[in-house]
Amino acid sequence: MLEKADQVFVLLLHWLVGYLPAAWRPASGVLLCVVAIIAVYPTLFALAVLLERKGLGRMQNRYGPNRVGPFGILQPVADGIKSLTKEDIVPFNADALVHFIAPLMLVVAVFMGFAVLPMGRNMVLVDLDASLLFFFAMGASTELSVFMAGWSSRNKYSLLGAMRAVAQMISYEVPLLLSTVGVVMITGSLSLVDIVDAQNRYTWGLAHWNVFKPWGLAGFAMFVIASMAETNRSPFDLPEGESEIVAGYFTEYSGFKFALFFLGEYVGMFGIAGLGTSLFLGGWSSPLAVLSWVPSWIWFFSKVMVWICFFIWVRGTMPRLRQDQLMNFAWKFVLPMTLLNLLVAAEWRFVADMWLRWIAGMVIVVGAYVLMGRVGMRREHFGPRTYRYAE
Amino acid sequence: MSVVFFVLTAMTLAGALAAVLLKNLVHCALSLTVAFAGLALLFLELDAQFVAFVQILVYVGAVAILVVFAILLTRSAETPKAGGVFSRTWLAGLSVAAAVFAVLGWAVLESTPWLPQTTEAPAADVGQIGEALMSRYVLPLEIVALLLTAALIGAVIVAMHEKDGAQ
Amino acid sequence: MIGGASPLAGYLLVAALMFAIGLAGALTRRNAILVLIGIELMLNAANLNLIAFWRYGPHPEVLTGMMFAIFSIAVAAAEAAVGLGLVIQIHRHAKTVDVDQMNRMKG
Repeated sequence: MLEKADQVFVLLLHWLVGYLPAAWRPASGVLLCVVAIIAVYPTLFALAVLLERKGLGRMQNRYGPNRVGPFGILQPVADGIKSLTKEDIVPFNADALVHFIAPLMLVVAVFMGFAVLPMGRNMVLVDLDASLLFFFAMGASTELSVFMAGWSSRNKYSLLGAMRAVAQMISYEVPLLLSTVGVVMITGSLSLVDIVDAQNRYTWGLAHWNVFKPWGLAGFAMFVIASMAETNRSPFDLPEGESEIVAGYFTEYSGFKFALFFLGEYVGMFGIAGLGTSLFLGGWSSPLAVLSWVPSWIWFFSKVMVWICFFIWVRGTMPRLRQDQLMNFAWKFVLPMTLLNLLVAAEWRFVADMWLRWIAGMVIVVGAYVLMGRVGMRREHFGPRTYRYAE
Repeated sequence: MSVVFFVLTAMTLAGALAAVLLKNLVHCALSLTVAFAGLALLFLELDAQFVAFVQILVYVGAVAILVVFAILLTRSAETPKAGGVFSRTWLAGLSVAAAVFAVLGWAVLESTPWLPQTTEAPAADVGQIGEALMSRYVLPLEIVALLLTAALIGAVIVAMHEKDGAQ
Repeated sequence: MIGGASPLAGYLLVAALMFAIGLAGALTRRNAILVLIGIELMLNAANLNLIAFWRYGPHPEVLTGMMFAIFSIAVAAAEAAVGLGLVIQIHRHAKTVDVDQMNRMKG
């Protein structure tokens, strides 16, 4: 019974595909999975938007949306209808073709990443050999669509936002990639399915999640920071800082295309949360051996939702960074930490003694954090502020 | 030769042609991205998954972005007023390119009977590539690491140089 | 002709055509960035050749062609970064990126 619940979607797929002639089965199976992904994540997106608006409202001592439906829970529906029926305005001077392609490209690239995420036991669309690389390749192609959106709008706010976004995404992509390399080194595989399987083991009833190890903890912290910057979340939301540059690269978008950008941003968040969950938090495995009867997909989606809630919490708490702080933080703290973390991962891999590797790993991680994060930042003397104009 | 091959070829070559022919440089850079993506798909068609993903990550994710940054920083997006986009010696350049293509195409077509015909896909998973990189190709790997470091430092120096003069 | 023969010939022809397009772009355009774009196209054509030869060659298991392609991609990335840095530097000095006007060495 419990196994049935665990595999309910897989069984459902087999049952549905079973009605078709044998020749069509593989293709239609893939198609059904794609349809499921395209249906599930926008639903989660609606939920997350509501959660974000309500949660932020609570954090800022206000109600948040409470007009549509009981407690305002139908607000996403109203928003959806509004954005679908609004007029789609393209600026007179805009590059119409590029302006049109940009949001589509963003959404397609963002959804492609889900093809390799294991969302439960046996629940992965394609088990690629290099699925981590595939995910990052798709993530990298979103940068270009952001640039296309900003440039084609022929608006200086859009262009500024796009340049900020691209610079930020490039700078934080390096630590994002490097923070995952430790996991790959220890697991010995680029396949997300293998990485999750390797974490699905228990000692004394506790799971072997990567986050419970020194290199995993440091990597996890760096991954969370870099993923926030990569998805343009507050405190790294300079590309769309509404108090400075209206709405950044999608200032000139309205109606359905704006909704696509909004959707792309949130679905990208789900993607990166799912990736981080698979890499560090054991994917669909349960934290305690006694809880492994809970269906695997519930674990995966609840971890992703907890991650999203953490993003919302941070957004309600932290002020926005300045551009130079953002860059300094990326290149002078996050990047060296991820590089040192590789050292810790190598030490973990090659030191056989259980206690020695724990102690050495902890010493390196904590020492590096104290040196770079505490002492290094204190030495930083802030001179009088200077302004350099763009030209 | 499948339909997929011809579609991908058409996409790649159209992107490449547009990249060298269009007037607006940002459009050129975007068409270049289409060519890169088409090439990555051709690599997939050739069963080289890893290289295809690396191609997308490096070219679409980094090189294309670098190119558009350079275009915006040098204000090349505005088309020049006089003289057109092509060089004065365009005829010579075009004939050289045509001659090169003629020679290459002739060589390929002449050697067709001797080209190998194997069609079964060779296995190349990430593990094998990693082992090859760490054993047989470890020296090139180290040299590339050195080269990338040098390029990184060089690029930083080139970019930093002017800052002192401006302030 | 192409369809009947070895599939390798098709890939080689595509690579040759792409190389020629890149060469033509590098030789005929006036903007230095376009010259770099042409060079990138040529490098990519070479990569296609390497992968095609790896796929249809006699010893795919030693991965020679694939390794060449990977190293070539890494080198091309470095080349693009340095090349574009140089173009930006030239633009700062000469206020132009037109290769026809970069003729101060002319006697």
